[in-house]
Amino acid sequence: MTTYIIRRLLLGIVVLIVASIFVFLMVHVLPGDPLWVVLGENYINYSQEELDELRHVYGLDKPLIGQYFDWLGSLLKGDLGESIVYQVPVIDLLKRRLPVTLNLAVLALLISTICGLGLGVIAAIRRGKWSDTVVSVGANLGITLPNFWVGIVFIYIFAYKLGWLPTYGYTSPFDDFVTHLKMLIGPVLCLSVFGMAAQTRQTRSSMLEVAHQDYIRTAWSKGLTERVIVIRHMVKNGLIPVVTTMGMQVSFMFGGAVLVETVFNIPGIGRMMADGIGMRDYPVVQGGVLLMAVVIVLTNLVVDMAYAWLDPRIRYSYR
Amino acid sequence: MAILLEVRNLRTQFLTDDGLIKAVDDVSYHIDEKEIIGVVGESGCGKSVTQLSVMRLITPPGKITSGQIIFEGDDLMKYEANGPEMRSIRGAKIAMIFQEPMTSLNPVLTIGRQLTETLELHLKMGKSAANRRAAELLDMVGIPCADTRLGDYPHQFSGGMRQRAMIAMALSCNPRLVIADEPTTALDVTTQAQLLELMKALVEEFHSALVIVTHNLGVVARYAQRIYIMYAGRIVESGTCKDIFRSPRHPYTMGLLNCVPRIDDREGRELEAIKGLPPNLGRLPGQCAFLPRCEHAVDRCRVEPWPELQAVADGHHTRCFVNPPGMTG
Ligand SMILES: Nc1ncnc2c1ncn2[C@@H]1O[C@H](COP(=O)(O)OP(=O)(O)OP(=O)(O)O)[C@@H](O)[C@H]1O
Ligand SMILES: [Mg+2]
Repeated sequence: MTTYIIRRLLLGIVVLIVASIFVFLMVHVLPGDPLWVVLGENYINYSQEELDELRHVYGLDKPLIGQYFDWLGSLLKGDLGESIVYQVPVIDLLKRRLPVTLNLAVLALLISTICGLGLGVIAAIRRGKWSDTVVSVGANLGITLPNFWVGIVFIYIFAYKLGWLPTYGYTSPFDDFVTHLKMLIGPVLCLSVFGMAAQTRQTRSSMLEVAHQDYIRTAWSKGLTERVIVIRHMVKNGLIPVVTTMGMQVSFMFGGAVLVETVFNIPGIGRMMADGIGMRDYPVVQGGVLLMAVVIVLTNLVVDMAYAWLDPRIRYSYR
Repeated sequence: MAILLEVRNLRTQFLTDDGLIKAVDDVSYHIDEKEIIGVVGESGCGKSVTQLSVMRLITPPGKITSGQIIFEGDDLMKYEANGPEMRSIRGAKIAMIFQEPMTSLNPVLTIGRQLTETLELHLKMGKSAANRRAAELLDMVGIPCADTRLGDYPHQFSGGMRQRAMIAMALSCNPRLVIADEPTTALDVTTQAQLLELMKALVEEFHSALVIVTHNLGVVARYAQRIYIMYAGRIVESGTCKDIFRSPRHPYTMGLLNCVPRIDDREGRELEAIKGLPPNLGRLPGQCAFLPRCEHAVDRCRVEPWPELQAVADGHHTRCFVNPPGMTG
């Protein structure tokens, strides 16, 4: 078990190193002068000599590998550079915006997982009945609808036509909790639709697969009730693929956050990245990508531990 | 001795894309209290489906279309398949041991949990009493250090040990009837013999009756009092162990016997498998289903429908026109 976790941890670190190399190269390999990242719009006002001088000051004349290690060193100290547009350290931007996105993503993940699991189990147990048909059709729809489109339709109906909810924006729960909730409903819903649909389908199919296993027949032969068979014998086995889907959800959530935060004008990491790309604010984009890499690696670690908890074969094979 | 289970004219069919499969077709048999019987036939002849029907464990696309399953005087067909009556019989009065020890235990539950759940359900034991009893049961089936192994998962057990655990599970609530569906097929010969001895000893101790399902006549020779031979969803011959081995009357039974090595064999007889393959249960002819493989067939077999079971001696029945005299008898 410990070996298993250590292995996964090492793998996570490798992934992070690879991600950091990509992020680093993003600025240095793309066409254009890396000094742009430091100087922003002012770049054109500098003469060639001044630029060379600055290049030396910032260590940009060193070989690439040396530059990478300098950059990595400051990264580890929490220095992600400064935003060209906002003129503040990127780390501060991330600190301010991460809670907003986390709030959104965690809620969406919870809703999509809980509802997806419930609906999937119901559909599997009632296989072929009308409730299964409704859930399955709904899930297939949910998978095909793009979440920004759901967002626009949502705003149109509930904010514009009915006026029940604010059109867009974000209020901190500490300022005004009710408004905060009202403002979250739309974005959280949009963000969870896809995940809920994917989770429903995954749960349904993995429960159906488990239902045909020999050990479920054994369970029936013992005289257990359907309830006990589903809860004790099926769910834990059926959860293994579901956890995989959940792990993937987290990456989708961040991708989705870029769109949903843009549609609903929410000041989270997603909007920050979208704006950063639009304004060529490279340090901000780098910071955002690194943060996502960290989140995804952490999620995968959690998923791997969940596997070990669910499946004794994994738990014991690495002793 | 009193009849424990009597199955009358059981038919179980599967409606599949290839048509209607008559997996069990008009099967009747019985087992007395404390008796051991064998149900023998090649793969796919409907042995498992028959036993699952008795437990009412047939699921769609399968369906029991007719018949009676009289257990301790009650017709189990009266009850809803997963209703409270059947649930109180399954595991408590009729227990089943399945073919595949590798897949028949739940991989994510401990062996202990899989043993205690029936004890808690049927015998209303508390957690600690159930745990103690589970350890006793494991010890009884010959698993060393039983109480420390309760926390193990199935993958930590070898195939033979898992099947021992299955036996412990089946006997845990002291059932009247144990159905062992090819309990040893997946195991090596030595383990097979040990497990059969163990089962025989335990059902005697528990005063239970035992149905041994197998495709190998040799397996049941030492244990069963009576034997039913199945072919293509039907019983083609039934009789005491002695009847079947000394004076088999159905060509199929003879074929099966030819595959069994015998110690008392002095003539140096050659072992040979029955030629040909069992028929497709979805497309059975009206005539004897064994006809295409039969070496004793006469003209009558080709024109007349498959005959019913007929008595050839007291308690010895066969479903054949020819009734060729047995090899030794
Ligand atoms: N779930 C099912 N769906 C369709 N057909 C089935 C199903 N289960 C069994 N059958 C059919 O019923 C027939 C009898 O199967 P059964 O499992 O009883 O054979 P068996 O005698 O136990 O063979 P084996 O020795 O291989 O276990 C098979 O030919 C198979 O085609
Ligand atoms: Mg079988």
